[in-house]
Amino acid sequence: MYSIDHTDHGTPVSTDPLQVTVHIDGVAVSVPQGTSVMRAAALAGERIPKLCATDSLKAFGSCRLCLVEIEGRKGYPASCTTEVADGMKIRTQSDKLAQLRKGVMELYVSDHPLDCDTCPANNHCELQDMAEVVGVKSTPYGATGATARPRPADTSNPYFKFDPDLCIVCSRCVRACDETQGTFALTIEGRGFESKVAASQNDSFLDSECVSCGACVEACPTAALTEKSLIALGSPTRSVTTTCAYCGVGCSLTAEVKDDTVVRMVPNRHGQANHGHACVKGRFAWGYATHADRIRSPMIRSRITDPWTQVSWDEALAYAASEFKRIQADHGRDAVGGITSSRCTNEETFLVQKLVRAAFGNNNVDTCARVCHSPTGFGLKSTLGESAGTQEFDSVMHADVILLIGANVTEGHPVFGSQMKRRLREGAKLIVVDPRAIDIVRTPHIEAECHLQLRPGTNVALVNALAHVVVTEGLARTNYIAERCEAASFAQWQAFVAEPRNSPEATEAITGVPADIVRRASRLYARAGNGAIYYGLGVTEHSQGTTMVMGIANLAMATGNLGRPGVGVNPLRGQNNVQGSCDMGSFPHEFSGYRHVGDDSVRGLFESMWGVHLQNEPGLRIPNMFEAALDGSFKGLYIQGEDIAQSDPNTQHVTAALAAMECIVIQDLFLNETAKYAHVFLPGSSFLEKDGTFTNAERRISRVRKVMEPLAGLADWEVTVALAQKLGFSMSYSHPSEIMDEIARLTPTFAGVSYDKLEHLGSIQWPCNDAAPEGTPTMHVDHFVRGKGRFYVTEYVPTDERVNARFPLILTTGRVLTQYNVGAQTRRTANVVWHPEDRLEIHPHDAEERGIRDADWVGVASRAGDTVLRAEVTTRVQPGVVYTTFHFPESGANVVTTDNSDWATNCPEYKVTAVQVVRVTQPANWQLRHREAAAQQLRIRRNPDATTS
Amino acid sequence: MNIDHLVKMANEIGSFFVTANDEDTAAQLIADHLKRFWDPRMRKQVVAHLSQGGAGFTPAVAKAIAKLG
Repeated sequence: MYSIDHTDHGTPVSTDPLQVTVHIDGVAVSVPQGTSVMRAAALAGERIPKLCATDSLKAFGSCRLCLVEIEGRKGYPASCTTEVADGMKIRTQSDKLAQLRKGVMELYVSDHPLDCDTCPANNHCELQDMAEVVGVKSTPYGATGATARPRPADTSNPYFKFDPDLCIVCSRCVRACDETQGTFALTIEGRGFESKVAASQNDSFLDSECVSCGACVEACPTAALTEKSLIALGSPTRSVTTTCAYCGVGCSLTAEVKDDTVVRMVPNRHGQANHGHACVKGRFAWGYATHADRIRSPMIRSRITDPWTQVSWDEALAYAASEFKRIQADHGRDAVGGITSSRCTNEETFLVQKLVRAAFGNNNVDTCARVCHSPTGFGLKSTLGESAGTQEFDSVMHADVILLIGANVTEGHPVFGSQMKRRLREGAKLIVVDPRAIDIVRTPHIEAECHLQLRPGTNVALVNALAHVVVTEGLARTNYIAERCEAASFAQWQAFVAEPRNSPEATEAITGVPADIVRRASRLYARAGNGAIYYGLGVTEHSQGTTMVMGIANLAMATGNLGRPGVGVNPLRGQNNVQGSCDMGSFPHEFSGYRHVGDDSVRGLFESMWGVHLQNEPGLRIPNMFEAALDGSFKGLYIQGEDIAQSDPNTQHVTAALAAMECIVIQDLFLNETAKYAHVFLPGSSFLEKDGTFTNAERRISRVRKVMEPLAGLADWEVTVALAQKLGFSMSYSHPSEIMDEIARLTPTFAGVSYDKLEHLGSIQWPCNDAAPEGTPTMHVDHFVRGKGRFYVTEYVPTDERVNARFPLILTTGRVLTQYNVGAQTRRTANVVWHPEDRLEIHPHDAEERGIRDADWVGVASRAGDTVLRAEVTTRVQPGVVYTTFHFPESGANVVTTDNSDWATNCPEYKVTAVQVVRVTQPANWQLRHREAAAQQLRIRRNPDATTS
Repeated sequence: MNIDHLVKMANEIGSFFVTANDEDTAAQLIADHLKRFWDPRMRKQVVAHLSQGGAGFTPAVAKAIAKLG
């Protein structure tokens, strides 16, 4: 069932610029060439009855309900599969058409229960609506269909139910799985009355290949596929369009609500990032917002071993402010700082960095982008001039060759992954650079031309080899380079990559990728026509993360693949507002819009607007904060919406630093791992409880709209305002729109952004200003933002993290589709059905050498620490490489990862840790301590009077 | 802060700049990077470490840190 506020036009929109005019029941209507008769009629206000058609899917022409008469044509063509032609005269109503439609509908109804009053789709069922339209209330054939012999419903999926008795076999679910999601998990099995939707090889939905994106549920015209929440709660009565709080795709979603309860979440078909698609997280995994674990009252304690005491907002904020002031008085102004959240809105992030700079009076502010995409900002700013991706997502539909580097796009960014797969099914070629055989390497109707399965940590050697082929085989776009890039930097880079030591043959020993595959991949990308690079954390989370980003930009410039649709350098951002948190000035060295704090004119602008003196020196980055805490010069931290004790590397180092501080203030939905070290807990608000904006990976600013009141009474932005007041710095806003107005006044790339404009345009891609009043889908069109593009020499420098006899395997980390980041949200949903624990992937060869079988407990030890996980023996990883995720705190994935980091940004080297793996029978010591700490936290929370002794 | 970590971080910055530049130019670029991105207390520590002999610094990094002092 599609959204309650959706008006369906039957078939997809045509983008053909040529208009044709047709006459529908005597009314002239002009539509783009290629439009179906059904859609043209809908646009003219005439609703032709239909069942198998919906405007998110290609016309199918199976239900035969949408027949029309066309002057000069024989018979009764289906309006969904018939395209308009100029001058066409169409009749949608006649006695004969009525007779035909009634006959068809009577057949449908003969195999469908008529107990509509008790059906969850009642009043939103297309079969019910169409039966009424064509005048069918019963069937002359009697209840002789398959429904006379009821079949069991499939309730295996935690979020939706499949009732075959309600299925009319229209194939919309099958087509949604194919066309929209690209998984091809569904089919119609059987003939006649026995026809039914089947998942995979007649498996249950849960056991099948279904990825639970829900596209089938939305496409279903009856209640055959229905959300369980809809069945439980009944029909929604209102809807609110907002933006997903999960990954960096930033899907536009419609929350359908009854009273103040969300009944279901439906992707917005007008959403410019997702075009009506969503994934298992965005569509279904929102129950965490009202989970029993939510903390709804502020709490304080003087020591981290004390029980929490529930207090009023006023008391908690006053205590936090007094502690920060005391620390600054005792240890200096620079002894405190803050961390902004990529899960909070732009407005909230802006306020936290403003609080740090203006109320604390220092620049000790950082954000979780430090540990994911900080090298992207540095690398792209240095080479191209702006710290952001160059394209919009829709650009991929113009790509001829897609070079996907270090990004598991179908798991990490599933909705964009589906769009990429759609383009690949249309014929674009795919090159995958990844140590693992990720799904997109070979998936239904898609197979990568080249899979460069490199050794973790050798990205830069590989990108240099790709560039070597471009330069030495005459594949560089010399005219483009001469016109748009710095000649001297190109000459230096060209000479460097042309050196024989950078050839695929020479680097094969480093990367492990056969030279001929590298040469083939390079030629394919360079000769693509439109070559597009997409990359993820497999690029950035390395000791040479920034160097690799520069290498990617070099490659794109050298091949002329920047500045138009279909090409570009596209970082796939991990969290929903990573781009936004960076844009908002969350880094310690720069204000919003990526302007350095040492720039007197920029700083003067902020000083004048905020009425305070601001520091002109960079502050501490997150890893520096830990170091400073351990040496005693950093004592207080305000953390909004981040769980650094779980997400940051070398857990023991992080927790030792946290334990050394005197005041940690956590603002979060849940008592997370970091909260174990906190002195003040300020309840956070979920994305459903506030207004604001998120900025996705394509620089698209989208509105977050309040669906329900904050459970703890205040939205996050209101908490920061109140804390600033207690610190003696006045912030005065009555609505987040006023914060955005301030951002626009202070930030040239946001100068044209306002809530009114967002309402009007739906979303805006920055830069948005006088030069681009409606935003900028493609950057660097005529010239690079920095002027001439700058090439950088990217020497491969091996990481210090080396394998040896003691640690012979390389551990690399990542994520899975159903869980998100530290799992705080998704672990509190039914998504745990698919991924109940983090596992260690290990190749059969390495497993056999160690006597490890599937599901065995294995110890993973590195130079930093050790933990215990269950093994998953799989060929997805190559020999010598193991892999795990970090969604569950008890897994301790980051107990093992090290302090190594990117040279330019200190982004941790999560992707390369030398480890040993052995079969074990008991948890690691760290895990035993963690279990005790977790139990203690639970005791403290459940019994505020409990002591810790 | 742990001086060994600071020395390692400074040398990693140095390793990027020395590959494409002569030592003097690299030293200037390293110094610029440290000024732009390192908190003053970190810079003070490496300057102090250099004044005590600068054990562990590569030549270009040592030259860069001398420019900070």
